[in-house]
Amino acid sequence: MTVHNPNFVLMVEGLTVSFDGFKAVNDLSFYVEPNECRVIIGPNGAGKTTVLDLICGRTKATSGSVNFKGQELLSMREDQIVHAGVGRKFQTPSVYEDLTVFENLELSYPKGHGVFGALTFRRDDPVKARIKEIAETIFLDDQLDEKAAYLSHGQKQWLEIGMLLIQDPELLMLDEPVAGMSVAERKKTAELLNRIIQDRSVIVIEHDMGFVEDIATRVTVLHQGKTLSEGSMERVQNDPKVVEVYLGH
Amino acid sequence: METSNRFLSRSEIIGFAVLAAVIFIVLPVALDTFRLNLFGKYLTYAFVAVGLVLCWGAGGILSLGQGVFFGLGGYCMAMFLKLEASTPENTAIQSTPGIPDFMDWNQLTALPAWWQPFNSLAFALLAVVAVPVIFAFIIGVAMFTRRVGGVYFAIITQAFAAILTILIIGQQGYTGGVNGITDLRTLLGWDIRTDEAKEILYYVNGVLLFAVLFAAQYVRKSKLGRLLIAMRDQEDRVRFSGYNVANFKIFVFCLGAAFAGIGGAMFTLQVGFMSPTLVGIVPSIEMVIFCAVGGRLSILGAVYGALVVNWAKTTFSESFPELWLLGLGGLFIAVVMAFPNGLAGVYAEHVAPRIAKLFNKSAGDDMPGAAKTPAE
Amino acid sequence: MFSDYSMSELGAIFAMQGFAGLILFSVFVLMALGLAIIFGQMGVINMAHGEFMILGAYVTYLMSNLFSAYMPGLFSAYFFVAMILAFIASGALGLLVEWAMIRHLYKRPLDTLLATWGLSLILQQIYRSVFGAREVGVTIPDWMMGSMPVTDLIEVPINGIFVMVLAVSISIAVYVLMFKSTWGRQVRAINQNRVMAGAVGINTEWTDRLTFGIGCGVAGVAGSAFTMIGSTGPTAGQLYIVDTFLVVVFGGAASLLGTIASAFSISQAQSIMEFFLSGSMAKVLTLLTIVGILMIRPQGLFALKLRK
Repeated sequence: MTVHNPNFVLMVEGLTVSFDGFKAVNDLSFYVEPNECRVIIGPNGAGKTTVLDLICGRTKATSGSVNFKGQELLSMREDQIVHAGVGRKFQTPSVYEDLTVFENLELSYPKGHGVFGALTFRRDDPVKARIKEIAETIFLDDQLDEKAAYLSHGQKQWLEIGMLLIQDPELLMLDEPVAGMSVAERKKTAELLNRIIQDRSVIVIEHDMGFVEDIATRVTVLHQGKTLSEGSMERVQNDPKVVEVYLGH
Repeated sequence: METSNRFLSRSEIIGFAVLAAVIFIVLPVALDTFRLNLFGKYLTYAFVAVGLVLCWGAGGILSLGQGVFFGLGGYCMAMFLKLEASTPENTAIQSTPGIPDFMDWNQLTALPAWWQPFNSLAFALLAVVAVPVIFAFIIGVAMFTRRVGGVYFAIITQAFAAILTILIIGQQGYTGGVNGITDLRTLLGWDIRTDEAKEILYYVNGVLLFAVLFAAQYVRKSKLGRLLIAMRDQEDRVRFSGYNVANFKIFVFCLGAAFAGIGGAMFTLQVGFMSPTLVGIVPSIEMVIFCAVGGRLSILGAVYGALVVNWAKTTFSESFPELWLLGLGGLFIAVVMAFPNGLAGVYAEHVAPRIAKLFNKSAGDDMPGAAKTPAE
Repeated sequence: MFSDYSMSELGAIFAMQGFAGLILFSVFVLMALGLAIIFGQMGVINMAHGEFMILGAYVTYLMSNLFSAYMPGLFSAYFFVAMILAFIASGALGLLVEWAMIRHLYKRPLDTLLATWGLSLILQQIYRSVFGAREVGVTIPDWMMGSMPVTDLIEVPINGIFVMVLAVSISIAVYVLMFKSTWGRQVRAINQNRVMAGAVGINTEWTDRLTFGIGCGVAGVAGSAFTMIGSTGPTAGQLYIVDTFLVVVFGGAASLLGTIASAFSISQAQSIMEFFLSGSMAKVLTLLTIVGILMIRPQGLFALKLRK
């Protein structure tokens, strides 16, 4: 177990997961500072999504440690990790298609998370005001009563980002937030992300290099489950190892 | 899905009112006591079907073992009634007077300890709800915290229905075996076999059903109701919004079990016996079809589903027994392939718009009223 | 409990119960193979599986009558003809059902379960109308009657051995089909990645239909084999369905070897317990044990740990 260092929000050390002998993530370590935006890049199958899965508890690690503000996440359940302050967006937009935008956001409002809390949850004015506020941030304030199923792909991505924002997590993890978006949507999303990463730490997986350059504080390049290179975008881009396996193609 | 968050929308108020009129006015006026008692029996299945709307329709948890809970509730009630019927005077001809007849036939000479508490009506009434809920809780905790779901859950609940049936039939000295617990007579001295008692029990059943419907409506309208739908469609998203998904599934499964237990107890009271034929695989899956025919998303639809299918079953199996099984089989297939939202869906798509056109205003109630009610 | 028996008698009892268990094992394997193909490879729950078996049994019954009426000379061989016809009949019905029903429901597994249950009710009624409500038995050829003495105390029935041989040969046949034939490769490819399999030119629609048909055909052969050890009634199929599903799920749905191993452990446990307890308690304990183990290990005995 690692000792918590107040200079870092998240400390990942020696993280390993093996699927029947195949090590998708292999002895990985990295550290995220407060208010940092860390972008993870790497070729397909490098283990990027698996790293996020391990941090948020979706996949159980074989060994290693993930320390978030002094708490060991690897021994916690998914919902406990969320309550500790870690939010996660999936690669494909995961919203509740049968519910309205309002209801989608309402379910993510950080109150009434137990069974009886949910039974007695009231849609009072602070809740409504907060949902309205978030909806404006994600450009969906006109669609509050619309079923999520009728949103465009990009709007669904925004809605899911909104569902994370309403939780106000200290660490936000986004898996390819601009994948499959039109150019206009992409621009708007970059603007949105730049705004919401201000006062929290963020880990982003992304392929779009222009986008990465735009938002990244630091970049980690993963290759075969290990860190290949780490540092500023500029440093990483000029690292010959990186050029060889990834950018050089 | 309604955007307003009132307990009952206008169309739902009409829907509840129509159902109340059907149960408390139309059926009692139209039917003689014998038929009314029969419909009372059908309505006890509606308790199970309403529970299934929450578990399966909203939550996506298909239990093929609801007969277990229906049976447990029914047996708890039957045990009390049987003990009351087995006074030493009534059973004087037995070799051990004062114990239920089937125990005597199976050479038991004393009442087993776990039967003793059922001498108390208060205990029995508590057990009607508590025993199914405890059972459901154990199954639910074991399955849902291990993330067993979908078809696996369905098959395992079906196995439970098989296990309980085999157990009841095999242990006939303690359970009455394949015949069940029969020859029930009085409830605290009140003869439940008279016409008057049957009519009163019918109304009690109706009132309880409405209590269950209101409870279900409350759950549906609460955030928990929306969470169930969210879980059904995007379980991981719910989990990563900070909910412990297993707890919600356990809750709704236990709630369905409680409803089923109450239905089972009312079955025992109205029909006068409880037997393993109401517990096993076949009745359990038939309870699912009541819910599916009514419309798996509509609690009112579930009640009509239970009424219509059982009424059809009685009618057909009286006159054309060989046709009934074909009809029931066809019903399963048709409802899945052509009408996945059942009667409620047909009504919402075809009947409601026409009514709206007729009155030239917004859509009426959300379930069939007189149009879909089995006429007598 | 053991004091009433001498050592050699006890040995014989265990051997006999063990053999009874082996017959039960063969029955489970035959029942479960077809299901393992359909459920394991396609994820489809076929609640009418038992009725496909019963169809095979009725085909055998018809052949038995036909041969004894018209071809008594060939009677001792009728069973082999019957088995092939049972495969064809159940398989053809399977193809039809897949085309008419299953293919529309691939994305809704729970609905498939209900629809196939409906199908099972319809088939039961058809059997009852055609063959009557009473159970029918076939005439077993002479060479399959009697039993073979192994020691003074132990005797094994020949029809039991026959069913065992059949179970082994059909398992081998399914294994070869699954792992050596083009169809088997395609089925496994689709199971792993449907879109990709379609993209590389596999006709996924036809492969699905064929898979369902073959699974049903194997069920028919199983039903045919059962006529050698028991009689057949319209609702007999329903009795098997829970057992069969538990065997498949317990073994880990996607693994043929797992299915066989789970059939073995369940049948042995049940038949040995049956000697000491009443039949119903043995059954209850067996089912409870399986369910208990499945709660601890929901993925079954043999399942790969996969990346989500």
